[in-house]
Amino acid sequence: MLIRKSGDLRHSDITPKSIYVNRRRFLAAAPAALLATRLARGTTSKLAVAVKSPFSTTEPVTSPNVVERYNNFYEFGTDKGEPSRNAQNFKTSPWMVSVEGECAKPRKFGMEEILKLAPLEERIYRHRCVEAWSIVVPWIGFSLNALLKQVEPAPKAKFVAFQSYWDLKQMPLATPMRAGIEFPYVEGLRLDEAMHPLAMLAVGMYGETLPPQDGAPVRLVVPWKYGFKSIKSLVKIKLVGSMPPTTWNLSNAHEYGFYSNVNPQVDHPRWSQKMEQRLPSLFRNHPTQMFNGYGEQVASLYTGMDLKKNY
Amino acid sequence: MLRSRWTKLILFLACSAPFGFLAWRFYQQDLGPNPLETLQHFTGDWTIRLIVATLAVTPLRKLPRLSDLIRFRRMLGLFAFFYGCLHFLVYLYFDKLFDFTEIVKDVGKRPFITAGFAGLAAMAPLALTSTKGWVRRLGGKRWQRLHRLIYFTGIAAVAHYFWLVKSDIRLPFLYAVLVFGLLLVRVGYAYNRKHASHSHRLADRVSRAASE
Repeated sequence: MLIRKSGDLRHSDITPKSIYVNRRRFLAAAPAALLATRLARGTTSKLAVAVKSPFSTTEPVTSPNVVERYNNFYEFGTDKGEPSRNAQNFKTSPWMVSVEGECAKPRKFGMEEILKLAPLEERIYRHRCVEAWSIVVPWIGFSLNALLKQVEPAPKAKFVAFQSYWDLKQMPLATPMRAGIEFPYVEGLRLDEAMHPLAMLAVGMYGETLPPQDGAPVRLVVPWKYGFKSIKSLVKIKLVGSMPPTTWNLSNAHEYGFYSNVNPQVDHPRWSQKMEQRLPSLFRNHPTQMFNGYGEQVASLYTGMDLKKNY
Repeated sequence: MLRSRWTKLILFLACSAPFGFLAWRFYQQDLGPNPLETLQHFTGDWTIRLIVATLAVTPLRKLPRLSDLIRFRRMLGLFAFFYGCLHFLVYLYFDKLFDFTEIVKDVGKRPFITAGFAGLAAMAPLALTSTKGWVRRLGGKRWQRLHRLIYFTGIAAVAHYFWLVKSDIRLPFLYAVLVFGLLLVRVGYAYNRKHASHSHRLADRVSRAASE
């Protein structure tokens, strides 16, 4: 598969000029700021990144203040401010991910092992929520296929089913009564989608391990699909022969399809998908791109498919 | 106490306070990670709260010693309209950038926006005719009939809220219970009135027959 590189990076693409010009003041303020974010984040720790990914966008990265305070993670509450408050004591160690189903070598992977499966890359991806807002996040991790190859998918495997952690002791709000959706949260991809190098297993962001509200300790990131496909706090991955159930589709099939590719031409029944709001902007003034701007890489996965029907 | 001149002023300040608070946060750029959503939710919440408050006045004033509540009904209704207009403006400007072709499509195509728009539109004639002069011009009976449009607004607001949430329906459900409860009370009163006058007439006839 041909993977095209986006244009070369200049330093000014990464560091806004105002910060560069005022770097001394920035440096002086840094220790205090670092302390503040550390307090807010609880238990994250530094992650050494080996590779800067060619997949990264050059768009300005969203402040971690937004990404860590504005979360859809219904296990910890349906209001977007709730997960950052309710998930702080979420226990993410020890952690196991079971990879099973139609494969030659099904087994469980401990978190330490996952961290060593492949060199950790930083990938700056656009992240588009079905609710018509978006963020730009420097994830840390590697292609999901690095994990899937370990278990050797069988020819019978056509889809991959994913499952989130669910524990009422740690997540007392995670009931259908409170959240309006079923638990555990489940998601799915076609096998070729899951094997695509853009599909990522993320273990960190902003240079550190994932904060609980952003899906610690390991989550999926599928940047060309709406955010709810990027399942958090993964515990189970199963290779299967037929299309697996997915949580939002179970909750409302009319509004959330299995594919859920970002597509400005297919409106959500209750709102337009043409435009998005790049947080923390006040305006919904950012045009949404087909496949969230990753069409060059992923459009070929869907040749011949009616994307209006397969929304 | 309800009759004091000050209570009206206090209510006015209380109803303005959320707006003041929001304006302050806007000015301080302290509207959180999603400022548009904050504006939308904040103005929407106060609109529906004030609609419920307005609808609550008539049933509550039938309770002993609360009849003077009627003095506040107009102000509550006007504030509901005020926050509703803010809510709509936020949508028009920040969400849709005044793109009117998109807005017309939205209002026509999406039930929750249709409901919200209709509920707000129904409040406009009520706000316009809220003065004493208009009560006189229309005559009490007709004025009252027109102002029953607020029942429609209440129902439309609940539908708007129900249809816009993704899955957690606890709050819209609460407002549905409040609005339908307040409307049911009215149905109860209307039934009693009719029944009472009917039994009056019956009693009259019986006593007349007895005296003949």
